Parts: sequence; C-alpha cells; structure tokens
Amino acid sequence: MSRAPQASALYDIPGPHARRRHLLYGVLSTVVILGIAAWILYLLLDTDQFTAVKWRPFLYEGIQELLLEGLGNTLKAFALAAVFSLALGAVLATGRLSDHRPVRWVATLLVEFFRAMPVLVMIFFIFVALKVQPLPALVAGLTLYNGSVLAEVFRTGVHAVPRGQGEAAYALGMRKTQVMTWVLVPQAVRAMLPAIISQLVVALKDTSLGYLITYEEFLHAGKLIASDLDYDLPFIPVVLVISPIYIGMCMLLSWFATWVARRERRDPRTKGVDVAPAAPVITLPGRE
Amino acid sequence: MDVLTENFSLYGEGFLGTLELTVYASALALALGFVMAAFRVAPVGSFRVFGTVWVTVLRNTPLTLLFFAVMLGLPRFGIVLPFELFAVLALGCYTSAFICEALRSGINTVPVGQGEAARSLGMSFTQTLGAVVLPQAFRSVIPPIGSTLIALAKNSAIAGAFSVTELLGTYKTLSELGYNIIWTFVWIAVGYLIITLSISAVFNVMEKRWGVAR
Repeated sequence: MSRAPQASALYDIPGPHARRRHLLYGVLSTVVILGIAAWILYLLLDTDQFTAVKWRPFLYEGIQELLLEGLGNTLKAFALAAVFSLALGAVLATGRLSDHRPVRWVATLLVEFFRAMPVLVMIFFIFVALKVQPLPALVAGLTLYNGSVLAEVFRTGVHAVPRGQGEAAYALGMRKTQVMTWVLVPQAVRAMLPAIISQLVVALKDTSLGYLITYEEFLHAGKLIASDLDYDLPFIPVVLVISPIYIGMCMLLSWFATWVARRERRDPRTKGVDVAPAAPVITLPGRE
Repeated sequence: MDVLTENFSLYGEGFLGTLELTVYASALALALGFVMAAFRVAPVGSFRVFGTVWVTVLRNTPLTLLFFAVMLGLPRFGIVLPFELFAVLALGCYTSAFICEALRSGINTVPVGQGEAARSLGMSFTQTLGAVVLPQAFRSVIPPIGSTLIALAKNSAIAGAFSVTELLGTYKTLSELGYNIIWTFVWIAVGYLIITLSISAVFNVMEKRWGVAR
C-alpha cells in the first residue's frame, strides 16, 4: 500500500525526501516481516507439518462430514443465541426504561451482574450446577451475557434520539408505549444497528466456548481429528484449516457491521438522529 | 457458606492465579497494543499493513480457538512453555488488538490542527508527540482501555479450562470433594466481581482525575 498517509496530528504530509526515507523503511521492514514468515514456514517444514499423513484425514468423507456437522452446530448455537439475546436485550432495555422504580432496579441489577460475570462462569454454572445439556447451557450463557450488553445498546440508542422527538410525540397525546414503539425505538435500532451486529460477532466468537463443555461444535470436531494417532496427531494442520474458516465467518460479520455503519452515516434520513458514531465499534465482551 | 471457609487456601490460590494472569496479560497487551497502534499510524506503508493484519485477524479470532492453537499447537513446533506462560501469551496477544484500536481512536480524536500548531511553533516530532498529542490521546482512551482490561480479566476464565490454575478451575476440585456446587459457584462469582469491580473503580478514579470533560 503506497497510499499517502491521511492527514494526522502526528505528521505533516511527507515531502520528497521523507518519502524516499519512508520507502527505505518500508523495504527494510518488509524484509524483516518476510523473514519472520520464512522462519514460521521453516518451523512448519522442519516439524514435518506438511507430510501427507497429517493432511490425509481431510480427504476422508467421514471426517469432512464431522467438520461440517461441527460447523452446523456452531451456526445453530449462534442463531439461537442471536435470536434469544435480541429478545432478552429488548426485555431488559424495556425494564431499564420503565417508569416503575422496582422494575428499573431489577433490570439494572440483572444487566450489571450479567455484564460483570465472565460468560464462561455462567455457562459452566448452567452446565455443571443446573445439569443442563451442552447446547441449551451454551445458548443460555451467551444469551444472558449478550442480551444484557444489547440491552445497554438499545438503551443508549433510545437516549440518543433527540429529546424533542419524544416530547413532540407526547404532545400529540401518544402514550409511552406508542412513543416508544412508533418514534423512539425504530430510530434507535437503526442508529445502533452496527453496534448490534458487532455484538453478534462477539456471540459468534463465543460459541467456541461450547468446546469447553463438550458441545460438539466446530472446534470440538477439530480437536477430535487433531488428537487422532492414526494421522500422527495433525494439530497444526487442523489449526490451519479451522482458523481461516472461523476468522472468515467473524470477519464477514464484522465487515457487514462496518458496511452498515458507513451506509447509515451517508443516509440523509439518519441525520436527524445524532447518535454517537458506532464507527470505533469494539467487538469485545467488555463494558462500555 | 462452609465451602469458602473450609477451602480458603484453594480459593485463594485460584484468585491469585486469576489476578496474576490478568496482571501479566494486561502488561503484555498494553505493550503490544501500543506498538501495534504506533504501527497503524506510522507513515510507512508496510508498518500500517502489518498492524492492520494483526488487529483484524486477532479481533476476529475466537479466544478459545487461540488458546487451542497456542496451548496444543505450539508444543508441536517444539515450543514447550509452562501453561501459565502460554495463557499469558494468548490472552495478551488477543487483547492487544483491542488495546491498539482504543489507542488509535484516541490518537484520532486529537484534532489535526493541534499537531500543525505544535509544528509551526517549531516543536520537534518527539515534542509534538510527548507534549501535545499523547497527553490528549491518553485522556480520551482511559474508559475504553478500562473496559478492555475488564474484558481481559473475565476472559482469563478460559485459561482455567485449559488447566491453568485460576478461579473458575477451583470448581472441579471442590465438586469432587462433594461440596454444594451452587455455593461453590457463588464464591467464584464473588471472586470475579471483586476483580472486575476493582479494575472498574481504578479506571473511574483515573477518568475523574484525567479524563476529558465532554
């Protein structure tokens, strides 16, 4: 990429002399990076990762089916978790925006608690202590966590709609439910769509936690193949096959979020809703 | 209730394990994240590409997969390290991508004019960076870095499932000893709450003291 750097507070747009210097740095660093890549390749070759026996399993139909089944299970868990999280998020957000103090307190307590807990602890608790099957346990854990994060996303979205909109709706004689469902929520959801999709990326990534509670998802299938003695324990080949698929799926969803964000920003209809830009979306199980 | 008092040392060990993991991985994540952020705003193209690839790949990798690759894959290369070190590596590298993005967006919040003004006053690059740009960037990144480190502390639970001594892992021993599983988990939850809430409190103080008023 020889694109000129964007104007930043750090540098002036470089002149001819600086550009030559940068070119030199670029060449040098490329050599170093290629060197590291070559070293990794050497490690791979040196430890015989490309011998036929290690890659043979991927030729067998049974093993391909095993992987596909795992991928299917991953997507199944993701789809369920996504739907339930959105629903729980809506319920909790409604609770937090309620006019009744006890409802608000309960919703706030739930949201804060589930956001502060590691997802894995919740999943293990449901799986071990409540003795639930792996799939429901995984989906429940993901739902509780992502649902409460989404609740906060919805809530910030509603708060970000200019106050006048709600006031105008009330002045027209609408009731709170009407104001919410007809005026505030549609705008909030539109503006927060990128953040919502990014949270779904988190849910997709976290389905791999199912591996730890013996849910037969993609990584689990990989582990089964990787620890097969007949194929000389093909750990590295399995990682090399599985990671691009996992990363690719998440990347597609992330890109979709960025694309939606960019489209929203261009759309004149969203100009009225001056919501905090969802551009630097942090796709991380964290607290905002 | 007895679970805690009778197994205080076991819980303590797990708690310290989680704490240690969090501290070391945070240090690694902050250092690596800083380097990657510098790469991503560097004027040299290949640095930027490297930083972008690092962040994009790690941000879209499930952490469990990363742990799997590091803990079970690296030994196949003949790289055998203690599990704790592997865990710190996986957690630190993963989180560095998020730290990098937080830092970069912090640098981007500094208006271009600030840098231009500094340069027109004749400040050198180091002066511009150290006296004008970084102090402002630092202030605006306190909250996102705080939430990233809280996420790191929570993510460290995954290391327990990969046989690193930490808080979540204590449930196994305790359930084998026949303790009430619900109470076992209650105290694990309390342990995590103590850690995450402390980080959050520290960052709240920092934000109050140095944060940007908006």
